[in-house]
Amino acid sequence: MSSNQRTTRPITTGTSVVGLVYDGGVLLAADTLLSYGSMAKSFNTPRLYSIEDRILVGASGEYSDLQEIIAKVKALALEESTTSSMESIYVERKLPAKSLWNYLRAVMYQKRSKQNPYWNDVVVAGYDEQTSKPFLGTIDKLGTTLQENLVATGFGAYLAMPLLREKWRPDLNEGEARALLEDCMKVLFYRDCRASARIQLAKCTSEGCIVSEPYDLDHSSGWNAPSMVRATGDLDGDRGS
Amino acid sequence: MALPFKGGVVVCADSRTSTGSYVANRVSDKLVQLSDNIYACRSGSAADTQALTDYVHYYLNSWSLDTGRQPTVKTAAHLMRRLIYNNKDQLQAGVIIAGWDAVHGGSVYTITLGGSCLELPFATGGSGSIFVAGLLDAEFRQEMTQEEARTLAKKACAHAMTRDGSSGGVIRTVAISSEGVDRDYTPGNELPFGPSAPF
Repeated sequence: MSSNQRTTRPITTGTSVVGLVYDGGVLLAADTLLSYGSMAKSFNTPRLYSIEDRILVGASGEYSDLQEIIAKVKALALEESTTSSMESIYVERKLPAKSLWNYLRAVMYQKRSKQNPYWNDVVVAGYDEQTSKPFLGTIDKLGTTLQENLVATGFGAYLAMPLLREKWRPDLNEGEARALLEDCMKVLFYRDCRASARIQLAKCTSEGCIVSEPYDLDHSSGWNAPSMVRATGDLDGDRGS
Repeated sequence: MALPFKGGVVVCADSRTSTGSYVANRVSDKLVQLSDNIYACRSGSAADTQALTDYVHYYLNSWSLDTGRQPTVKTAAHLMRRLIYNNKDQLQAGVIIAGWDAVHGGSVYTITLGGSCLELPFATGGSGSIFVAGLLDAEFRQEMTQEEARTLAKKACAHAMTRDGSSGGVIRTVAISSEGVDRDYTPGNELPFGPSAPF
């Protein structure tokens, strides 16, 4: 009889994933830092994946569990696209993002029910051809699902969501959506110990998905306010901060 | 960290104060002036080290008034050591005392968590210091110029800030010598290395 193993704490982790629906699609952002406790282990680790060029999946939390989830998702997508069924011979039907989201819900809930969760907050995004509407949803490690116009996992839930709620409109264009996400990622870089300034953007529209290469945010204006430069530790300051 | 050079000492620190994973202050000043030519580098609990440096600053000021002289770095270090040793159960403070005085020139002392006081050729502290121990062992030399010491300190600090999640922000340095103190500020977008490694 084998002993029961279970995940009790995450070891190698990725931080926030942030996303929003804009006019014509959905945009996700995540940094590319992989942390090992407080150590920055790797600086170019993508956490946003494009499945069949049509669905985006990303997650924060334990990286090994994300790799497992992506392997399962890719296997499912491959099976859906290559296995014949009566419907698919006559009607070309591709795996909808919402169906993948529900599949992952079932996966996460089953693991949670065995006291051995995938330690992740997963984001699923896509474009529903039937309704011509972008799709954006999340699943947490307990299997809780939410479908929203604005999502943020990890620290993003505290720091990015207020910014998103303040600035979001349903008729944002892609440029405005990108600027809003970059602003969120910049704030996360400033205030999250486990975040970096190198990020990755992923977009999904009716034309399909694109995942960008990692690139560095421009934070040159964030360090030169006089109150920041001023030395508070000197005798004429308050000698500590 | 504190790196001596010919004629003085360079002290250098990052600027991140964190509460768990949240950055409470991304532009902190961890280099505290205890007297005209003596600085302390604070690491560990911000509250504890702020209280300790306030005390030592006060005692050194009283000492100067009593003796009419500038205090020595050794005096400052041993004052700090006494406070930490006698309260070791309550405190979590790692402090480096460095500066210049007319008696011994430039000197560097480190006071550990338990209250041991060590005079060292150079000193590092804080969670990020483990990532640059090898770098400094390889590149530190005695009798560097002020510029060389400053450049090495910023380089090591930048590397620590890249790899340690509890370190980050800007780099502050102070060069202390017989001529006085000279502060330097390196913004977070102009670090010699980082904030992410280029590979």
